[in-house]
Amino acid sequence: MAGMKVVGKPRRRVDARAKVTGQTRFADDIVLPRTLHCRFLRSPLPHARILRIDARRATASPGVRLVLTGQDLPVSYGILPVSQDEHALCLDRVRFVGDPVAAVVATDELTASEALDRIVVEYEPLRTVSDPDEALVTPEPRIHSYGEEGNVHKRVALEFGDVDAALAGADRVFEDLFFYEGSTHIAIEQHAALATLDPDGKLTLWSSTQTPHYVHRALARVLGIPAAHIRVIATPNGGGFGGKSDPFGHEIVVAKAALVLGRPVKICLTREEVFYCHRGRHPVLMRMRTGVRRDGTLLGLDLETLLDGGAYGSYGVASTFYTGALQTVTYKVPRYRFRGCRTFTNKPPCGPKRGHGTPQPRFAQEVQMDKIAEALGVDPAELRKRQLAESNSLTANYLRVGTIGLGECIDRVVEGSRWNDKHRKLPFGRGVGLACSSYLCGAGLAIYWNALPHSGVQLQLDRSGRVTAFCGATEIGQGSDDVLANLIAEVLGIDPFDIRLVTGDTDLGPVDLGSYSSRVTLMMGHAAIQAAERARDLIADALAEKIRVPTSRLTFADRRVFDVEEPSRGVSFAEAVQIAEAVHGTLGTTGSYRPPDSAAKYKGGGVGPSPAYSYTACVVQLEVDPDTGWIQVERIWIAHDIGRALNPVLARGQVEGSVYMALGEALMEEMTYRRLPPRLSGALVHKFPSLLEYKSPTTLEMPEVVTYLVEEPDGAGPFGAKEVGQGPLLPVMPAVANAVFDAVGVRIDEIPITPEKVLRALESSARGTGGRCGPARFPSIVWPEALRVAPPWEGGDGAASNEKPRRRRADAIIAPEVVKAGLSPHPSTPEAARPEHGPPGKMPEGPEVLK
Amino acid sequence: MMRCPRFKYRAPRSLDEASAILRDEGRDAMLLAGGTDLVPNMKRRQQTPRVVVSLRRIAELRARSPDGKGIRLGATLTLSDLVADPRVRSDHPALFRAAVQVATAHLRNRGTLGGNLCLDTRCNYYDQNYEWRKAIDFCMKKDGAICWVAPGSSRCWAASSTDSAPALMALGGEVTLVSSRGERSIPVGALFRDDGIEYLDRKPDEILTSVRIPAPLPGSHSTYWKLRRRGSFDFPVLSVAAWMRRGRHGTVEDARLVLGSVSSRPLQVPAASRLIGRVLDNDAIEEVAEEASRMAKPLDNTDFVLGWRKRAARHLIKGALRELRGDNPDSLGPLSRRAGELVPVG
Repeated sequence: MAGMKVVGKPRRRVDARAKVTGQTRFADDIVLPRTLHCRFLRSPLPHARILRIDARRATASPGVRLVLTGQDLPVSYGILPVSQDEHALCLDRVRFVGDPVAAVVATDELTASEALDRIVVEYEPLRTVSDPDEALVTPEPRIHSYGEEGNVHKRVALEFGDVDAALAGADRVFEDLFFYEGSTHIAIEQHAALATLDPDGKLTLWSSTQTPHYVHRALARVLGIPAAHIRVIATPNGGGFGGKSDPFGHEIVVAKAALVLGRPVKICLTREEVFYCHRGRHPVLMRMRTGVRRDGTLLGLDLETLLDGGAYGSYGVASTFYTGALQTVTYKVPRYRFRGCRTFTNKPPCGPKRGHGTPQPRFAQEVQMDKIAEALGVDPAELRKRQLAESNSLTANYLRVGTIGLGECIDRVVEGSRWNDKHRKLPFGRGVGLACSSYLCGAGLAIYWNALPHSGVQLQLDRSGRVTAFCGATEIGQGSDDVLANLIAEVLGIDPFDIRLVTGDTDLGPVDLGSYSSRVTLMMGHAAIQAAERARDLIADALAEKIRVPTSRLTFADRRVFDVEEPSRGVSFAEAVQIAEAVHGTLGTTGSYRPPDSAAKYKGGGVGPSPAYSYTACVVQLEVDPDTGWIQVERIWIAHDIGRALNPVLARGQVEGSVYMALGEALMEEMTYRRLPPRLSGALVHKFPSLLEYKSPTTLEMPEVVTYLVEEPDGAGPFGAKEVGQGPLLPVMPAVANAVFDAVGVRIDEIPITPEKVLRALESSARGTGGRCGPARFPSIVWPEALRVAPPWEGGDGAASNEKPRRRRADAIIAPEVVKAGLSPHPSTPEAARPEHGPPGKMPEGPEVLK
Repeated sequence: MMRCPRFKYRAPRSLDEASAILRDEGRDAMLLAGGTDLVPNMKRRQQTPRVVVSLRRIAELRARSPDGKGIRLGATLTLSDLVADPRVRSDHPALFRAAVQVATAHLRNRGTLGGNLCLDTRCNYYDQNYEWRKAIDFCMKKDGAICWVAPGSSRCWAASSTDSAPALMALGGEVTLVSSRGERSIPVGALFRDDGIEYLDRKPDEILTSVRIPAPLPGSHSTYWKLRRRGSFDFPVLSVAAWMRRGRHGTVEDARLVLGSVSSRPLQVPAASRLIGRVLDNDAIEEVAEEASRMAKPLDNTDFVLGWRKRAARHLIKGALRELRGDNPDSLGPLSRRAGELVPVG
């Protein structure tokens, strides 16, 4: 866009100085006088009833100030309204090794840790479920009493057009099974939180969270105090990647302890505990059947997914839908059926990790596309380019797609990697693989139904020329602060460093839903631009009068406001603000954003819609050692359709970071668990909850990455910008798998692609038994009747033909529990002591607790 | 974060003083050199010494001196000291390669030669924090009664994971141990026992003070290869140390081969003697690699899958021997290039 001064220019990000000089204050860096320290006692059993907790010796230990158990915080919570299945401390049941049972608050961490050993918990062990296969055949004991049935948490089935007919009419049907192992975020900063009671009796919580707004809601709900009396401050996250986007028990416990003790209470989780918080990538087993014409044109896609959810709901229902929702956005899929099932297991809960639910089916589809290309003798790049999804159209499942720069992305990586000289042409042991992907730019719906903006920005300007931006958005390292400053600076013609930012604070800024679903640049961006334009208009109004230039001719640039036709006529930005303040009074503006309504009207259509979609193409070149299966990735070319790069330095960082994280998943990361011999032990433990033995690459393992930013501005994004935080992760894993095939001719239909699997496939190939390593079967699942929605090109209107019309609760502005919490009395008032506002007393079936 | 348990800290200034403390405190005392092994182990409650005796103030333990025709290296020289020592690098490449591949640069700046030799044996059931070990009801190496790697076994199978020991064994090194009762020197191989718990033949009151390596002989060469997931900081899953002296026509006059990390102690490979009197042709290499890899009996207590590790063992033993023969690194494949650090990483 001509004339832009900030947008599109590579710049040092606004928080870079603090980060590289060690001055960023992370949650663990916050020190308050008289702070007490909290540690959790966690379950050593994978599944058990809590019979009795005797904490008397711990309570009596010198230095111990408080012991809390589940009965002190009996109100359940959970990130999704449909999965309010967590307690800050387990009430009467533990569901995985690491589930928190009690908390000790003491004068220091060591004293608190030592006291944990003095708490005696009696358990009644229960039968355990270690994976979805077991969950499907083990209905009892149920890990949760809600959900579909037994240990099945959620089943979904959607069909867009008659898929069976499409497959029956296809020239070829490709059927494959894929498995994608779970992995975790391993943000370098462990979760930490600090709560304190303000002098006026209100509660403040600092936490390393991606979603202060949702933590705020959970605190109000569980503590039973008015939301307006709780302040949540999201400290800059030392990485989040989805692992800090649920409300967590440790946040609630330190808040409760601060309320009880009237002193600051802090908790810093250990690395092991972070592994137990998890919420990472779901392990997913997939069956994908695709019908194609002889030339490779996709006619119908039938996808089944089986998710290992772990012990709690978390985002799991959304994750389940996401394993199906975006399959239609990359290539044109005329008919599509998706069936997904999530099971509960006695392991740390899975949730959203970068790409949330979509890398797994993306891996499946991209590897299958490679197989289709191979079988039909078509070039894999060509096969994809022929049938890209159509820009500015509705997909079969009613997602409204805007610009699609994927064709150009493919061209760039094909050209950059010299694909045509390499594919199927390199010597045995070396290969190239290509894959593509798409991702959403913010979820179209909030996590709880409401009619409110998804993001808000407030600006305050004063006569010094200072501009302060207030916004609830959370800096998790992705650069949201920089985007905020960038856009405001562009509109007001000042430098991003001129702007003071107040972000991630629920008391000071308008709500932003949080740093998840790649929503911040787009949603906060629009809110920021709106607020900045309103400020610009106020200033222009006042100045036009003063210097007698029509507002249409006033330009904001280089920290000045001037007549575009006679640039010497103008004033400094600070003077312009003074003139405006004199005319309008104290200056302040707001901006907000709410995504457009979705075209999907069927149940389940809430997951997938987004204002815009980003696209990525990737080529991986690697070497495979045929004797051992060892893989050495040599180089990666990746092109990302970002719409517009607001700050190319940030954008490239996100692309490279995605490649790095993706390579970890592709080659080595595994959340694996161990059962001991059943006759000796009922243990079911994470194999290695540590950064040493959970293998993830370091910078030294990184190959060279060649990044291309493709800019095809999307009308739905701020200055045309789309997301870049998650999408570029998606194509890397399948591109690695496809490159392994090109190198040594074997298919690894499973993530991670380890040397051992490559070797097994090579051995199977030598024996003439297929040359594949991957899952052998998909268990039989009783699917519910699919909701049938006719695709737009078959006369559909976005609604399901076999579903009763639903009434949107348009009148409900905000979920009832928030309203209720808002009416609760303040804890310092006498009403608060009345039992109906506090937690219900003793649980009828609960364990005996002695303190 | 995890905190160390409470302990008494002593920092003697002389070897005599240190020996006296060890004599008086007995098994309740542990020696602290760089702390990169002991301190995290203490945080995980794998070791809970009542007294920690720091060696940092004892200057003589940091000495480096010629010894006859060889070299004597003090036990608290850091691994970075060894890496930076031009004589180590030129005369004893196996030790250089071993030292430079221990953990990360930061840890090598702290970790010492003696500490690496005495490194606690490792096992995925043992190298876990207290709470995790409690969840499996512990193991016989600490607080429990069973070996979870081999539940029928009466012994502990934790794996020797020192990088420097196999290298020093291949180089024919000796260690000196000092106590208030006197001093003794033994071959490096004799320091280790085939037991995951009592893995050192070191009395509780003894201090490992130095290592002596004989001078390189004409025609001798050595190397050290290390299998690990990441070239940046992992413990070895398998290591191969090889030393060889060859005559003018390439005939092997003497050879030593040592495997690390596949047992509770480093394994000297007797089959290496079969190379003597032969040239290093493919048949000889294949034969010795086959024999040697049969000695490697890895258990399911480290990274990587068992079957694959056996395959990799043969591959790497062959690679190390081929490197000593002078093969072009490019011909050895990506795993060998990594394990042999033949191409600088990054």
